[in-house]
Amino acid sequence: MIRLHQICWQAPGATFALLDIDLHVPPCTYAVLMGSTGCGKTTLMEILCGLRMPSSGRVEVNGFDVTRKEPRHRHIGYLPQDLALFPEMKVVDQIGFSPRVRGKDRDAIRSAVEALADELGITHLLDRRPQNLSGGEKQRVALARALAAEPAVLLLDEPLSALDEARRDDVAALLKNLQQKHQLTVIHVTHSRTEAEALADLRLSLRDGKIFAE
Amino acid sequence: MRKQRLSAFWIVLAAVCALYLVFWGLMLVSTMGYTSPEAWWQALTSPQIRYATQLSIWTSTAAAALALLIAIPISYLLSRFEFPGRSLVDAALDIPIVLPPMVVGICLIIFFQSNLGRAIEHIIPLTYQVGGVVLAQFTVAAAFAIRSMRGTFDQLSPRPEDVALTLGCSRFDALWRVALPSARRGMIAAFCIAWARSLGEFGPILVFAGSTRMKTEVLPTTVWLEMSVGNLESAVAVSMLMIALAITVLIVVRVTGERV
Repeated sequence: MIRLHQICWQAPGATFALLDIDLHVPPCTYAVLMGSTGCGKTTLMEILCGLRMPSSGRVEVNGFDVTRKEPRHRHIGYLPQDLALFPEMKVVDQIGFSPRVRGKDRDAIRSAVEALADELGITHLLDRRPQNLSGGEKQRVALARALAAEPAVLLLDEPLSALDEARRDDVAALLKNLQQKHQLTVIHVTHSRTEAEALADLRLSLRDGKIFAE
Repeated sequence: MRKQRLSAFWIVLAAVCALYLVFWGLMLVSTMGYTSPEAWWQALTSPQIRYATQLSIWTSTAAAALALLIAIPISYLLSRFEFPGRSLVDAALDIPIVLPPMVVGICLIIFFQSNLGRAIEHIIPLTYQVGGVVLAQFTVAAAFAIRSMRGTFDQLSPRPEDVALTLGCSRFDALWRVALPSARRGMIAAFCIAWARSLGEFGPILVFAGSTRMKTEVLPTTVWLEMSVGNLESAVAVSMLMIALAITVLIVVRVTGERV
């Protein structure tokens, strides 16, 4: 569950602002956030996962105030629009990254990587590096990497925008499936009304610095 | 890159470039032709020059390693963290690049006459010592390493590090596990640039560490010492050795994909 209380943030140069944003996303909900380019969707995602501090307001995850907590203590997974795969790492190391950082033993890391690679259909890619992956493959690797951290909440910043039309429906179905299987609360940012209609349990819109439920 | 139509404009520019390269080529060829291979070999095998070569190589390596060690945190800070006065700090870090080298040496020698400097010298003797050679080289080379590493971190997207933070990393972990592996080529280039700069350093070493034979004599000091006693053939032989080392470093930097 995610709750935002009166979140405010002002862009340098006052190009846009988030104004007293209140939001409640119930547990295991697939929420889709829409808004025009530059309206502050990505900034809001960064505030949620702790990469950016709000000027004021409070962020709660599963009933706990995490506003002052570092990103690593929030249990929020984040997929930026460019996916930000680690350029020097093989897929196997990308997926095993979070368990390794959190000090899990080698067997636990291996079984987590194998299970996620199998679930996302990327077992054959484990020895490749990001530069040798297609757009759709990168998407799956980034998802597996985020899921390996066992997050309670997953933030997806325009996850389908870089994919061609044919792949988009497949990945959309995959996202919905993963959300249900892993019991995740998801916030999915998009420009596309079609995407929102296909995926959303809750449709939200960011306009003039405020969030509206549709 | 888009292919351009050959016109008089490009021909004139190419001629300027060719003239400059020819000027350099002629200088190198005439320097090479000044001495015979026998005289070259004889000079390079003399105990003093062998000592200066060894000292130059290891002090430059130590100075470059130290320069890289401080260049990484400073350049990462400047590249990733916004703070008031960042451009001032950025400009201040360039001071060793624009200062006349002799002035750096004078600043070092005066600092080590102060109370704090003397206290440091009680623990590590530096003035007119081999340690002083490393410090004089490091003082200037670090500024070049910082500039080079800053360029590397600026070119790397901070996004993977951001994602690493959400995956359980502390800031240090994100630097260690994500940023540094991606900056590997830039680190090699920064090390090479700092090394080459240290190898060619003369003014601060002469002032701060002196030019005592078989003690604090490095290759640029050898050139100066040999010239001052009229032994031009030895000076040329050492110069050629330094040119060879500089070209090797340039090749290594280019192979890493970076630019000096």
